[in-house]
Amino acid sequence: MNSQRWRGLAAQAALAAGLLLLLWLLLDTTAANLHERGIRSGFGFLGEPAGFAIGESLLPFDSADSILWALLAGLANTLRVALPAIVISTLLGTLIGLGRLSPNLLLRGLCMAYVEALRNVPLLLQLLAWYFVVTDLLPAASAALQIVPHVFLSKSGLFMPWFGGDGGAWLDLPVRGEMTISGGAALTPEFLALLLGLSLYTAAYVAETVRAGIQAVPRAQSEAALALGLSRVQSFRLVLLPQALRSIIPPLNNQHLSLTKNASLAVAIGYPDLVSVANTTLNQTGRAAECIALIMAVYLILSLLTAWFSAWLERRTGRWAQPS
Amino acid sequence: MKQAAARDWLRRNLFSDAWSGLTTLLLLGGALYWLPGLVDWALLKAQFRPDAAACGAMEHAGACWGVVAEKYRAILFGRYPHAEQWRPLLATALVLLAIVASGLRLATRGALIAAWALALPAFFLLMGGGLLSLAPVASDQWGGLPLTLLLATMGMLLAFPLAVLVALGRYQAAWPLLRILCAFYVELVRGVPLISVLFLASFLFPIILPPGISIDVLLRVQAGIVLFAAAYLAETLRGGLQAVAAGQHHAAAALGLSRWQALRWIILPQAIRAVIPSIVNSAVSVFKDTSLVTVVSLYELTGALSLALAGDAEWRSYYLEGYLFIGLIYWTGCYSMSRFGAGLERRLSAGAP
Repeated sequence: MNSQRWRGLAAQAALAAGLLLLLWLLLDTTAANLHERGIRSGFGFLGEPAGFAIGESLLPFDSADSILWALLAGLANTLRVALPAIVISTLLGTLIGLGRLSPNLLLRGLCMAYVEALRNVPLLLQLLAWYFVVTDLLPAASAALQIVPHVFLSKSGLFMPWFGGDGGAWLDLPVRGEMTISGGAALTPEFLALLLGLSLYTAAYVAETVRAGIQAVPRAQSEAALALGLSRVQSFRLVLLPQALRSIIPPLNNQHLSLTKNASLAVAIGYPDLVSVANTTLNQTGRAAECIALIMAVYLILSLLTAWFSAWLERRTGRWAQPS
Repeated sequence: MKQAAARDWLRRNLFSDAWSGLTTLLLLGGALYWLPGLVDWALLKAQFRPDAAACGAMEHAGACWGVVAEKYRAILFGRYPHAEQWRPLLATALVLLAIVASGLRLATRGALIAAWALALPAFFLLMGGGLLSLAPVASDQWGGLPLTLLLATMGMLLAFPLAVLVALGRYQAAWPLLRILCAFYVELVRGVPLISVLFLASFLFPIILPPGISIDVLLRVQAGIVLFAAAYLAETLRGGLQAVAAGQHHAAAALGLSRWQALRWIILPQAIRAVIPSIVNSAVSVFKDTSLVTVVSLYELTGALSLALAGDAEWRSYYLEGYLFIGLIYWTGCYSMSRFGAGLERRLSAGAP
């Protein structure tokens, strides 16, 4: 028994030594390669002025600002599209998931068609298609579609009323001019396509999660609730839902995390999210290792935060599901 | 009698209560409102001939499927030399045949392994050439459907053994260091987007390798996809390993099997069997994820479409029809795989004790 333990320790020591050697070799050749190509390493470049513009930004950004600020603006843009997409996909996905359990054949079929159509086509393709539809097939700004009064949709994006504006008015209304639309708040075509693509794609997965969660509750539970004299709505709210939520919430959090990671596909349609800004930085400065390490670090932190939030939520819903 | 049955069916499925009836009427109304326009666009007013002038005259009132008729070779085979395109066609057909034959169990296990052992080298021989009087075609000319198929198939085939090793590394208790390393790899890769792994393969691999050794970009990206898929598969397999009852270990030991024998013959088969549906799901994901390599300038199906249309002013406005066409190809692949997975799941759960 003892000799076996020693053998295990020796093997692990050899493994560790081998890994360290490999790591050292990689770092050594990397340093030599970088030296040869005249690329400096380290994170000092983050303080230098960016020198490139960002298409749109939640944070105020100018090309004279530092690269670090550019990356932060990119991260803010990632969250700006991911958070609304999470809300939309969850609401839409829940409705579609419930629709798949409807007694109505047509509704059931429609919801199933939605799920099968959207989750079997790559998200990238859907994003590219939405982007093309928005930028090429919608009318020009001068002939913008007016969806509801003062909300315009055109090649240049979606214009809607927003708070504030000139002359002390509390609401700033967009106005359709000869060439462009002015006033109000605008959502760019890139943002719209990404928001739409991410929300609709993830909704299909959320729908499957919701359906599976509800189907996982034994049928006897709702029958028992009805037998106790609860109404259909009551039995759903008080018996079915709390039990279903326990199996829905962990995979749902995973879907939200995937959505945030999928937001990195923004790079393909030119929405300046974190990955897109880091990609520009990489091309401008040649700091591949640093830029990729930064992307990975940020996403790992987001993943850890989500895991932590998910665990907290599970504890909470666990308590909710088992009233003492 | 028949009428009564029909009425009964209608009542149960479409008009079970007031809400259901209202939903049915709303949906039928919506279909009456939307469907004619859709059918008009997709079929009745559509232009099927590769006639750019006719397509332009319609101004998108109907679909211009002519773009597919005009560009299908560039979309399906990318920049592969035009005169040699029978080679990627044959190569794709061979691998597809091997996949379908394995999925449907059209032959015995030995015959299937032999089929794969022939199909894969034949694929590379046909694509790359250089032998048997086939003109050599460099891998940067490969594109379209064969490239998608190559990245997805090799991605799964190579990721699977790696994933088994990593899952076993996390499963064993004898070497804590190995367990930590495997867990670190899985959590690291699962925590980051695939695009960052592809950037790593595309930009970083050349820097960390010794000078003089340069690896083809296709190989680097394939390695990135394998590493990415293996992490997800390893996590799936870990679930399978945990699902194997502890008694199985004791029973195997009692029969005199060594630890490796027990793993090979008792534990792993059960673990893999338990998670086959998830493995099929992973295959679907890998197939869809290959579309991302267009971001690092490999022209698989999605990239080949952009390549075919971007430079052509005559056809540039019919991207939507092009996207629908390759979308249908992706959809057919993914849907048949997931149907296949669902079928397996039913069979396996029927066979379970």
